[in-house]
Amino acid sequence: MDGFAYPNEAQIGWSLIVVLYPFTTGLIAGVFIVSALYYVFNVQSLKPLARFSLVTALAFVIVAPLPLAIHLGRPHRALEIFLTPHFTSAMAMFGYIWIFYMGNLMIQTWLVFRKDIVTYALTGTGLRRRIYSVMALGVYDLSAKSLAIDRRLVKLSGAIGIPTAWILFHGYSGFIFGSVKANPWWSTPLMPIIFLFSAVVSGMALLIVLYVAAMAVQRKPINHDALRSLAGWLAGFLAVNVTIEVLEVVTMMYMREQSWETIRSLITERLATSYLVIQLLVGSALPLLALWVVTLIRLPQRTSTFLASAAAVLTLVGVFAMRWNVVIGGQILSKSLRGFLSYTPEITGREGVLVALFIMALPFELFALITYFIPPWREVSVQSDGVQLELNMVEPDFPRPT
Amino acid sequence: MARDDEKMAGIDRRGFLKLTGGILGAAGVYAILINVKGTAILDIASGQVAGDYDPSEHYWGFVINSHNCIGCGKCVVACKLENRVPQRDDCNRTWIERYQITDDGQVLVDSPQSGINGFVGKPSPKPSGEEPSIDKAFFVPKLCNGCDNSPCSQVCPVSATYKTKDGIVVVDQERCIGCGYCIQACPYGARYLIPHDADRSPTGNVGVADKCNWCYHRITKGRLPACVEACPVGARVFGDLNDPESAPRKIMRDTRVAVLKPELGTKPKCYYVGLDEGVR
Repeated sequence: MDGFAYPNEAQIGWSLIVVLYPFTTGLIAGVFIVSALYYVFNVQSLKPLARFSLVTALAFVIVAPLPLAIHLGRPHRALEIFLTPHFTSAMAMFGYIWIFYMGNLMIQTWLVFRKDIVTYALTGTGLRRRIYSVMALGVYDLSAKSLAIDRRLVKLSGAIGIPTAWILFHGYSGFIFGSVKANPWWSTPLMPIIFLFSAVVSGMALLIVLYVAAMAVQRKPINHDALRSLAGWLAGFLAVNVTIEVLEVVTMMYMREQSWETIRSLITERLATSYLVIQLLVGSALPLLALWVVTLIRLPQRTSTFLASAAAVLTLVGVFAMRWNVVIGGQILSKSLRGFLSYTPEITGREGVLVALFIMALPFELFALITYFIPPWREVSVQSDGVQLELNMVEPDFPRPT
Repeated sequence: MARDDEKMAGIDRRGFLKLTGGILGAAGVYAILINVKGTAILDIASGQVAGDYDPSEHYWGFVINSHNCIGCGKCVVACKLENRVPQRDDCNRTWIERYQITDDGQVLVDSPQSGINGFVGKPSPKPSGEEPSIDKAFFVPKLCNGCDNSPCSQVCPVSATYKTKDGIVVVDQERCIGCGYCIQACPYGARYLIPHDADRSPTGNVGVADKCNWCYHRITKGRLPACVEACPVGARVFGDLNDPESAPRKIMRDTRVAVLKPELGTKPKCYYVGLDEGVR
């Protein structure tokens, strides 16, 4: 402790594990937006990444509530949030929004991958056949009419998903922090907007990294044009995101309210590394520069992809730092505005670094599992049972099975 | 062949739907039961505990006379004993802050061991390290402000913390899930989470939020909060704001009082006499 803090503030209640909560929900929202850009807004250049992003969103959404549940003082009472919610609490709605969003996402993923699932079910044998039969949910109709209905439903589901992901799922996380009037570092109406844009930014960055990595592992060619297009979208959202983030602090600086002295000390001394260096310089300015180069100058494909990937990694680091600076920064700042506390995450223990790494590894394992069953990049053609399959990493159009 | 599959999977789907419906139905019944149980808990805690005590007849308030406080720490001792508050520096239902205003206008604040052992040490040095020259110094006891517009109960996702009819904000520790949102929402630092390794706990629960409830178990039996009783100098005054002749009402008539952080609109019912500009 440095200066004065209320004695009870020595407990840093929202730890590293809670930092993961806005980080993962943000990734989900952002990844989902990429799929929606294609399925709802018909952005053709992102088509090769649409199926990929749906699967990624699904892998992350399953894990989203885990950090919160682990963090609870009484985890076995977690279901009370669903069963006896208190409607004036910003937190109480999380469970419902999560279930709604996940349900919608599962339906959309199923519709998009239905052709694959049915084809695998019809062409597979043994256990493989049984698994895909269950996944097909009894619907084997691959007629042009049926597929057209699928496409419309996918569009509808995507259209429902956008406000759910953006406003409810992630803008809402921002509101959880932004509505805490006790904390001058959190309480701003800009917080949900900042969370929204940083969410989109982190999701797009994750997709770039994951796509390049997955293609390398699968020994599949990278679609450089799609990647460059995504880098352009990322550059745009990142520019807006940085603008709002800086605008918020500049306004605080100009207004010089009672809390400014403390906040200035917070961001220039206590969080100097994680805010000024990592969030703003390494995580925002550098990737923005790199992405501008990628977008504005036509570089050789491999160079362009490498630069975009490097920018994406930095962006992810920057967004994680931003979550850290909000969650932890808001707590090391004493609400007496007279001092600071310190927080170093424990290594072992329930809310330690190891558990955090375990939680962050889970969505990638789920991603591997899901893509094992419904690979979004599969482009082999299978000939079986008279069904001609042309699966490719873009939307496959199956002829009706006979 | 496809038709066979369809049939088979069709049954699966029907079974699946039945199962899902069953689970949802059971969850619904459970939710209703929990809610009924919850209501019962709320009613008990909101005042039908002590015989003829009627919560709707009272509206409790606190007055802290900062001029009187000598920083002896007896209130903190009494509170820890009375309420089985964990014996740790970061677990306090009440504490005392010492303010020292230096000759160059700096405000130095400290609260060693939450003031439980009094303030015997030297004045805290300035951030620069040099011995300060103190122009004035005083003590400010702190506790739950009993906000009329309490942010902690607003943000609780499961209604574990709520305001009773007689104006006290209480925590139902059998219901609290320990999310810590109320702790973040309280502008006064009045709340803490009972650590899992705490030596003791007011209700035997750990991993749940705790805070001063103005000794609800005492005041509903016509007694004073433990800290008020223990204070040797009358710095803590407790009474019914509905009663014009109660001790707090008399003080509030006779002198000027202020609340902490009024700009946040929490409407505290803990009024301070002699609140200085630097006190937050």
